[in-house]
Amino acid sequence: MRDEPLVLGIETSCDETGVGIVRGHTLLADALASSVDQHARFGGVVPEVASRAHLEALVPTMQRALDEAGVTLADVDAIAVTSGPGLAGALLVGVAAAKGYALAAEKPIYGVNHLAAHVAVDTLEHGPLPEPAVAMLVSGGHSSLLLVDDLTAGVTPLGATIDDAAGEAFDKVARLLGLGFPGGPIIDRSARDGDAASIHFPRGLTAPKDMVAHRFDFSFSGLKTAVARWVEARERAGEPVPVADVSASFQEAVCDVLTAKAIDACRSTGVRTLVIGGGVAANSRLRVLAEERAARHGIAVRVPRPGLCTDNGAMVAALGSHLVKAGIAPSRLDLPADSAMGLTEVSVPG
Amino acid sequence: MLVLALDTATPASTAALVEVTPDGLSGIAERRTVDPRAHGERLAPEIAAVLADAGLRPRDLTAIVAGLGPGPFTGLRVGLATAASMGHALGIPTYGVCSLDGLGRAAGPGRVLIATDARRREVYFATYADGERTSGPEVAKPADVAGLLHGAVGSALPAGLLPGTADESVEAEATVAGLVDRAAGEGALKYGDLFGVPVEEHLLYPPGAALVALAADRIRGAAPSEILTPLYLRRPDAVEPSARKPVLT
Ligand SMILES: [Zn+2]
Repeated sequence: MRDEPLVLGIETSCDETGVGIVRGHTLLADALASSVDQHARFGGVVPEVASRAHLEALVPTMQRALDEAGVTLADVDAIAVTSGPGLAGALLVGVAAAKGYALAAEKPIYGVNHLAAHVAVDTLEHGPLPEPAVAMLVSGGHSSLLLVDDLTAGVTPLGATIDDAAGEAFDKVARLLGLGFPGGPIIDRSARDGDAASIHFPRGLTAPKDMVAHRFDFSFSGLKTAVARWVEARERAGEPVPVADVSASFQEAVCDVLTAKAIDACRSTGVRTLVIGGGVAANSRLRVLAEERAARHGIAVRVPRPGLCTDNGAMVAALGSHLVKAGIAPSRLDLPADSAMGLTEVSVPG
Repeated sequence: MLVLALDTATPASTAALVEVTPDGLSGIAERRTVDPRAHGERLAPEIAAVLADAGLRPRDLTAIVAGLGPGPFTGLRVGLATAASMGHALGIPTYGVCSLDGLGRAAGPGRVLIATDARRREVYFATYADGERTSGPEVAKPADVAGLLHGAVGSALPAGLLPGTADESVEAEATVAGLVDRAAGEGALKYGDLFGVPVEEHLLYPPGAALVALAADRIRGAAPSEILTPLYLRRPDAVEPSARKPVLT
């Protein structure tokens, strides 16, 4: 275990300031500071508010992570940081801080891809990832299906949302129902008392014509509008809105499309492992439905525990550890924060 | 005492090494890139370069001084995040200074207006008398600077040219000229015609040595490390959502 690299990871792509420390595939620390409460009244993440919070939280979060792991910066073998994709101003705070730590402690730095890090974090719980694997990443910021041939070299995008992210749809519907923010956990809870079959909401991009051009893509904007129309029609008719039923039916529509397309992606590529990550992976119905459908086709589903599904520093450290072990060259000190970083880049080349 | 100065409150990314002695200070090396979109990429290599220029290592540093702005937020935070993380990693104190004060100090004797570009057709500004700040820092439209200065500085303002008169440019020109003798900073250069005072074209960005000079007493006295909080002067642009709009029409 002492031979394994000790890697520190910094994550600031959205509203979570995360610092994680891993040794090889072993998680030693996962410190997090969230600005989610500051965004609640705006019904979504406000980039400038998130950036300000990252600057305030970074040093204290770093200290907590070091204390938790019982290590010092001098012990660390490499520092990894989310270079993109994400909110430009938020990413820049983490990248600047990571450079400061790397410069001062004279350590190599790796600018890494946030989406690849969501996949890498699973290895902290379930061990080495069988490759190739299919990964489905669903959160407030992303909804993607990826083919993972080699986590350290490159990831092939299979499909992504063409409008709203899955988590965004949860936020919007929660707001529509007057349930609050963030919508994911609230809808999940509300749906437990509802009937998922009571209302049939549309499944985006599943019509035969869509399956030609958008087989592995998602669309949640039409679903959100359909829910709004349904709720308004009720209100106009002076009837009460069955919030639990709407939550359950909406959640079912999202999870149905996500899991159907993920399993289809596995089957069409002959892959037997599906990794699910991102905040929406914490949704209880998504986990159950994915397990059920995957089992029918002999596909293994790997979902990290909820705390590792949402954005955190451990995922960045986990990917950094993969890169170090694979002998990938570190990035340079001029590495950019790249809000639109593509998946062909797992780390910023040195 | 070897001090690193960082400033990213203007389009310039500045990293400087300054030696502070009991009775003075001297610049050792300075690197600067002027590109409003490149702070995140340029600053760290500049720090590595000034250290290499001097044949020194990060562990040789005694303290870090950072310009707290005001300045465009995204770039400003790059300098502060870098300074805070380096200070943390090295276990050395960090001290914050107003970036405009760096320019004001460097401008030397006389009454000087320091203005930097705040974007959105506004400037961050402050006034100085012999290097000491006399008003600000504030953010305002260039045409409104005179009115704000008059209230703060309280100098004679020509009658009939108070803020709110019809021709804003005439007002700004006449009144700023009455309150200061010259101006510096890239905001002063950009809106120089409006201010109507001579602009020090060689002094557009805060020099590292001036920033360190502002914190020299704290450095010599080994004052406690400071949390580097930006001088934002503006609240985040964020609106709370209004009532839900119907989708049915
Ligand atoms: Zn994420």
